[in-house]
Amino acid sequence: MKVGVLAIQGAVSEHINMLKRAGAEALAVKTAEGINAVDGLILPGGESTTIGRLIRLHTIDDVIKERAAKGMPIYGTCAGMILLSKDINGFNQPTLDLIDATVIRNAFGRQVDSMEVDLAIKGFDVPFHATFVRAPVAERLGKDVEVLSELPEGVVFVKQGNILASSFHPELGNDLRIHKYFLDIVKSFLNKQ
Amino acid sequence: MEEVYGTIKVKKGLAEMLKGGVIMDVTSAGQAKIAEEAGAVAVMALERIPADIRSQGGVARMADPKLVKDIMDAVSIPVMAKVRIGHFAEAQILESIGVDFIDESEVLTPADETHHVNKWDFKIPFVCGARDLGEALRRISEGAAMIRTKGEPGTGDIAEAVRHMRVVMDEIRKIQNMSEDELFTEAKELRAPVELVREIKALGRLPVVNFAAGGIATPADASLMMQLGADGVFVGSGIFKSANPKRRAEAIVAATTYFDKPEIVAKASESLGEEMAGIDIKDLTDKDKMQVRGE
Repeated sequence: MKVGVLAIQGAVSEHINMLKRAGAEALAVKTAEGINAVDGLILPGGESTTIGRLIRLHTIDDVIKERAAKGMPIYGTCAGMILLSKDINGFNQPTLDLIDATVIRNAFGRQVDSMEVDLAIKGFDVPFHATFVRAPVAERLGKDVEVLSELPEGVVFVKQGNILASSFHPELGNDLRIHKYFLDIVKSFLNKQ
Repeated sequence: MEEVYGTIKVKKGLAEMLKGGVIMDVTSAGQAKIAEEAGAVAVMALERIPADIRSQGGVARMADPKLVKDIMDAVSIPVMAKVRIGHFAEAQILESIGVDFIDESEVLTPADETHHVNKWDFKIPFVCGARDLGEALRRISEGAAMIRTKGEPGTGDIAEAVRHMRVVMDEIRKIQNMSEDELFTEAKELRAPVELVREIKALGRLPVVNFAAGGIATPADASLMMQLGADGVFVGSGIFKSANPKRRAEAIVAATTYFDKPEIVAKASESLGEEMAGIDIKDLTDKDKMQVRGE
């Protein structure tokens, strides 16, 4: 099982470390060939405007959409969640449109409002210690979108088919549960093929 | 557990989100928008870019809070601003207006010849310059969440940034090969806490993100610094002192992401127009050098 982390910009090595610890083969990918060689893809945190602009410029967005259409699992954190959504409130930046939701960027405020909190997540017995950094939330969710976690500020963890998105950063902690959960999705995708 | 704000994890976390990106100096809301549209991961709001501070002289201070607020309103990416070394009152002002990151910078005239700001006192993260590992570790021990090379700001000469990055990387490699007993003397020589030296040995890198700054002017400069191990780059005077800031900004962003793909850096480097004129570092006397400020 080979999982790529989109290495345009952002917290790439943190995700690679977590995937390796969770037992997967993990590598940084930033070209069409790279993306076509993996079984699952993580879109890391970073600046969504920067990553969005570069994937459009180098037509990597088309490759990601093609793979997603064939069922490849994708997990986006923070900026990754923004890129996966249908649209971005107040911005006309193109997105991958793989999750039927509108995201609100910087929904918690500026950096001074970034925080850590214990989060209840659907299907997890014990809360997950989550780190939010200038994080977005999801709203106007379509009927196929399953909410896995929410805070008073809004929805922070969603799943639609093989696509997963969180507005927080499990890669900044030591808890492997979310990465393992994603790897299980990748595993069942591979088994079906 | 309740929400906790301003932890070292969320401070270092924001720096980690900037990795592989370009942070651009801007002096107006208009420039900030150009930078954002070109793909900057953050902007540094300041009144004068380093090249102008250098040529105009006088005391350089924190930017007008109104200017910083205008820039914060103009863009959705993180906004950084500079304070003078040791000037914690300037830092308090920037924190109160909601700046995302503070650069305690040698580009401005130092306010305290002996002490840096106690950065643990703040809820927002700080970045500081360093010429070698000891300096980097001293800043981290004071609470810095991000380090950058000092280079020589406002010159467009990459030589000093290269020197500082190589020195830091070399010292890290040296520590990795040391035995546990040798770390105490090494810490003493670096004038840094032994706990941080131990962390370097364990991690094989700085415990915070390390960017390149001070003299980056071209896509090739950005690629060079990334290949030397920088986590990302700051571009100061290089963009808005050049003939076509928008195109140059886009080109440096492309070269930072695809630093290891020379064909992409080559394409990005084509027909960018005139570069900032620059100053050869050898033409500067020690008195003119900004990098010697705040050890």
